[in-house]
Amino acid sequence: MNRTLAVLLLLLMAAPVLAVEPSEMLQDPVLEARAREIGQALRCVVCQNQSIDDSQAEVAHDMRRAVRERLIAGDTDQQVFNYMVARYGDYVLLKPPFRARTLVLWLGAPALLVIAGVALLVTARRRRATSLAPAPLSEEERRRLSVILSEAKDPSASPRREG
Amino acid sequence: MSRRLLFLLPLLTLALMAGFFAWSLLAGRDPAAIGSVMVGRPAPPINLPALEEGHPPLTDALLKTGKPVLVNFFASWCAPCLAEHPLFMRLKERDGAVIIGIAWKNKRTEALAWLDRLGNPFRTAGLDLEGKAGLDWGLSGVPETYAIDGNGVVRLHFRGPLTERDLTDSVLPFLKGTTK
Repeated sequence: MNRTLAVLLLLLMAAPVLAVEPSEMLQDPVLEARAREIGQALRCVVCQNQSIDDSQAEVAHDMRRAVRERLIAGDTDQQVFNYMVARYGDYVLLKPPFRARTLVLWLGAPALLVIAGVALLVTARRRRATSLAPAPLSEEERRRLSVILSEAKDPSASPRREG
Repeated sequence: MSRRLLFLLPLLTLALMAGFFAWSLLAGRDPAAIGSVMVGRPAPPINLPALEEGHPPLTDALLKTGKPVLVNFFASWCAPCLAEHPLFMRLKERDGAVIIGIAWKNKRTEALAWLDRLGNPFRTAGLDLEGKAGLDWGLSGVPETYAIDGNGVVRLHFRGPLTERDLTDSVLPFLKGTTK
């Protein structure tokens, strides 16, 4: 038990290690912070689903360096992203842009949610409409109801228990 | 009646999914393919020192000769480059293709020794020691090959080694000018 706890604690302490090498880092902490933020959002083009900051691939190293060169040259974050997209396409962005081609990606899930919600609402309303208007009493039920009511009015009559 | 139809919904969903999976498998779709944004655009600039010392540096002029040119990024440490190398030798010798080589992240001496040993298919070769040209060309690794038309526009981009099939299907028709 104690050992499991210790292992869990150790796992919690293990922070994800970035591939950014000390030699790559910029002197200016503000620029370096921006470079990190951009690096986390750029996808390494040979590693499927890793950011360039997480990857040790050669290309990721080159891309990290290019990001820093652009920042030093005075580019805005958006200009750096544009620089990468011009070379590697939208693939390089871990967060896909909102375009006609990605409409399904962005709106598919919310649209399904809305459709499901509307369907649920419609069925719920229909069900309530049917349950709120009870069927009129039949002849037999009416007769029984009048018997019960007359019994209640006449205290001398012994109360009839059911069940 | 409509309630009974509702029971068909899961079945329909399953059929849709199966259809999508079948299409993904059979249509040769490669979800790992990263595509290329270079095709159809003017080739990125080239400004590199020559691989062989004393030779003139590589410039954009090489790509705007009015004739199609192939640009091949390679490295002596890259095994797939070794695999595609004979195809480039054949393209040069049999088909008279103009091929420009760019040694990517490769030491000058090692790249030269590699070409000495295997044969040099390149009209001229440059050295991209730090991978800066590679980045401008949207390179993801070596080998990659670009076909550039006489106007300096990229027409084909192959990621990974060229194959016989690539040659017959696209490179040779491109060199003969029979593709659009």
